[in-house]
Amino acid sequence: MKVIVPVKRVIDYNVKVRVKADGSGVDLANVKMSMNPFDEIAVEQAIRLKEAGKADEVIAVSVGVKQAQETLRTALAMGADRAILVIASDDVHTDIEPLTVAKILKGIIDEEQPGLVLCGKQAIDNDMNATGQMLSALMGWSQATFASELDIDGDSATVTREVDGGLQTIKVNMPTVVTVDLRLNEPRYASLPNIMKAKKKPLDEKTAADYGVDASPRLEIVNTVEPAARAAGIKVGSVDELIEKLKEAGAV
Amino acid sequence: MQFGLSEEQNMIVDTVRSFVENEIYPYESEVEQSGQVPHELGEALKQKVIDLGFYACNFPEEVGGAGLSHLDFTLVERELGRGSMALTHFFGRPQNILMACEGDQRERYLLPAVRGEKMDALAMTEPEAGSDVRGMKCSAMRSGGDWIINGSKHFISGGEHADFFIVFVATGEDQTPKGPKKRITAFLVDRGTPGFEAREGYKSVSHRGYKNYVLDFTDCRLPDAQVLGEVDGGFAVMNEWLYATRLTVAAFSVGRARRCFDYALNYAAERKQFGQQISKFQGVSFQIADMITEIDAADWLTLSGAWRLDQGLPANREIASAKLYATEMLARVTDTTLQIHGGMGLMDDYPIERFWRDARVERIWDGTSEIQRHIISRDLFRPLGA
Ligand SMILES: Cc1cc2nc3c(=O)[nH]c(=O)nc-3n(C[C@H](O)[C@H](O)[C@H](O)COP(=O)(O)OP(=O)(O)OC[C@H]3O[C@@H](n4cnc5c(N)ncnc54)[C@H](O)[C@@H]3O)c2cc1C
Repeated sequence: MKVIVPVKRVIDYNVKVRVKADGSGVDLANVKMSMNPFDEIAVEQAIRLKEAGKADEVIAVSVGVKQAQETLRTALAMGADRAILVIASDDVHTDIEPLTVAKILKGIIDEEQPGLVLCGKQAIDNDMNATGQMLSALMGWSQATFASELDIDGDSATVTREVDGGLQTIKVNMPTVVTVDLRLNEPRYASLPNIMKAKKKPLDEKTAADYGVDASPRLEIVNTVEPAARAAGIKVGSVDELIEKLKEAGAV
Repeated sequence: MQFGLSEEQNMIVDTVRSFVENEIYPYESEVEQSGQVPHELGEALKQKVIDLGFYACNFPEEVGGAGLSHLDFTLVERELGRGSMALTHFFGRPQNILMACEGDQRERYLLPAVRGEKMDALAMTEPEAGSDVRGMKCSAMRSGGDWIINGSKHFISGGEHADFFIVFVATGEDQTPKGPKKRITAFLVDRGTPGFEAREGYKSVSHRGYKNYVLDFTDCRLPDAQVLGEVDGGFAVMNEWLYATRLTVAAFSVGRARRCFDYALNYAAERKQFGQQISKFQGVSFQIADMITEIDAADWLTLSGAWRLDQGLPANREIASAKLYATEMLARVTDTTLQIHGGMGLMDDYPIERFWRDARVERIWDGTSEIQRHIISRDLFRPLGA
């Protein structure tokens, strides 16, 4: 079975983001970029499936700008077998929308015929949480989102999902799209031998047009603002005072 | 001329930095408080580094290392510089000088060191011989085909964890027109050798938990098989292999300065006095500007020294400049960062006071700043006969 893992190049989670002066988005010039942390978990899971003999090949895919090649190399250094880079923009500030990504992924799936697609549940830049779901709809495949456990057994997969009320376990038919949550695993560091090997692994470069997809944005960003700074708290002297204040604030 | 890192180099930097952030930072306070690295923690760190293929990455592939270039290795050292030295010690980088091992010394010392089975320490300095290494008193005399060693070494880093020591000892004296000159030989000495004792040394203000040891030799008998390199060839092995260790001090200083700088930058942006962020005061913001300028300068100086080694170019003066500048830069950056934090900078709620204390030794070990200046100026004047 082949496993496809889409990985997105996003602003590093340690970076303090700054809104661009014109409000068109977040400033990405000279900012450290990394693999979306949820995608790292997906790559890790795919490699573990391969190590457990349940997958034969792990293919990392990134849709975005040319620089996403670095993100793919990281996936290769972690242990993915090969990579496909689909260039869909030459401007680092253009976010490729979930539907576009899903359509391109469908094109790749039609060619590669994987048994499983493992996505991050969302990208930490725009928090869309949509690509996996859209892909499953386009493919007509089953989907299991927010996976915190994944067990593949022949034609089906048992997935534990982190839902608001707690944990839900579902069984889905393969092939399937699984989106992974934080607690599924702890991604490994790229080992030094794998870093050195990554360069020699195949990385195919494609464009959105190769899959007949128009990557131009359909959404327009009207404005981007910093979250409001948290107001300072107050100290209360007693529980009674606390309740009183909460009532005043309309919180209870 | 090309100033960017390759994809591999970027990945090496990212991996080592995440390792330090995730596996080292969480234990730093504990080590700082107790002055100890718990044995299990050290061993666990070591195993992780072995699994990652980074252990002894400074050694060539033929002996089981990763064969990193000087530049790649300098990047590793730079990222490690962010973390506590007591802990990054277990991100093992054995002394390159072990490449001088010959015959069965390879099986007994070199290969186990590269595999992480044995740890090493290097001993030159003595109470009466620091910068003046050749002034050493510790000496070896011939006795029935063996060597008998007497004397002491001090300030020996890594002595706590070392399974064996590379010890430089005087094995004779030549009369030269400039006066008597000691002949030096390097020996491999196992912990536990009769007549050899390694004990904890002084309490140091820098790098708590990274202890320095005193070595005492009392009629310690060693066979010829323990000689590393040639008899009387100690300076030759030293010059061939220890030449580049000054670069690791420079790289450490750059990494540590960058970590420290982030505290300065963020604190200046957040701390308010007189109704505004202190970064709005030019007295503070210009210090930030100076700091980053010096850090970048030291970074490039250090990396270019490593690059010169990789190109086989003369690098002695350049490496001395990098060591001198980077360590003095670190002193200024840690001091300024502390100043920007005001009184809080002195308190151990922040790691700043520790960075400030740690920085002090960098200008002393592996050749003091004065010795680096001596090397640099001699390199310039010698050709002029001055
Ligand atoms: C914590 C720690 C760990 C160490 N680890 C090791 C180790 O693992 N192995 C090892 O072998 N050594 C080690 N050292 C020793 C270190 O390399 C020496 O401390 C260093 O070489 C300086 O020697 P010294 O301390 O005896 O100072 P000295 O040489 O006595 O110098 C005193 C002062 O005189 C100045 N000076 C000396 N000569 C000159 C000159 N020609 N021109 C101008 N100024 C001069 C020096 O710069 C210094 O300011 C360690 C030291 C410390 C502090």
